[in-house]
Amino acid sequence: MASIWEYANPVKFIRTTDRVLPWLSAAAVVTLVVGLVWGFFFTPDDYRQGSTVKIIYLHVPAALMAINAWLMMLVASLIWIVRRHHVSALAARAAAPVGAVMTVIALVTGALWGQPMWGTWWEWDPRLTSFLILFLFYLGYMALWAAIEDDDTAADLTSILCLVGSVFAIISRYAVNFWNQGLHQGASVMRAGALAGDTEERVSNVFAVPLFVSIAGFVLLFIALVFLRTQTEIRARRTRALLARERMS
Amino acid sequence: MPDLGKYADVVLSSYAVSLLLIVALVAVSIWRARRIKSELDRVEARGKNRG
Repeated sequence: MASIWEYANPVKFIRTTDRVLPWLSAAAVVTLVVGLVWGFFFTPDDYRQGSTVKIIYLHVPAALMAINAWLMMLVASLIWIVRRHHVSALAARAAAPVGAVMTVIALVTGALWGQPMWGTWWEWDPRLTSFLILFLFYLGYMALWAAIEDDDTAADLTSILCLVGSVFAIISRYAVNFWNQGLHQGASVMRAGALAGDTEERVSNVFAVPLFVSIAGFVLLFIALVFLRTQTEIRARRTRALLARERMS
Repeated sequence: MPDLGKYADVVLSSYAVSLLLIVALVAVSIWRARRIKSELDRVEARGKNRG
């Protein structure tokens, strides 16, 4: 079996992802469309939240991806720090805009959902605030990459920023458990046993099944975009190297 | 179209904003991928011509 480190070779990475990308992209589009169409058109209103429950099919997957994109960046950054594989640093760079967009979607849909349910667009609640800080970390991370000309130095510094920002990614996920206050509810979808029906606030399968399809669509979309954008970053790095060589000769 | 009742504006706004952002993200990613690839091809071809 091939070692995962073989994919640290940029040529091998591009060749492999080139083969996978069309299938992955098609699967992402189909899964996302099925999840969202199912959720929007074919699920009933919630008895308490009315039709706003349909926002769950965007808000929860986007929030999950916002946190997990940062955690993926953390793993890639650690690989860069320890093993100095350029592909991992570039994969982290490639994932940042995707994670940032997911964070914006989570924040906007959360505000739109919160207004009719809580009576406010925004509250300095632990989870909402940590999510906003996570978004600012995404912006800072992308700005740092753009500001430093030398790729290796940029990868070093952004990796450190990623390690620091991971605190807020984790807080975003567990804020409700750390501080038992604020408007945002605790986990009800991913909680163990939630689907089995042994909790009071469980999400009914009528909503949960299309939600999981939608989450799968977001995950596939994230992977497809990270593959495509990592290829782009690898090519951009090679272009910069060749242009620098041209200037020197 | 399902009857969204009094919450129609917030539900439709959520879907509109999210889909717009996702489509924009995908479009920008594809556009940049094509632009960088053609730029690399051009630079590599120039290097080969020089020998």
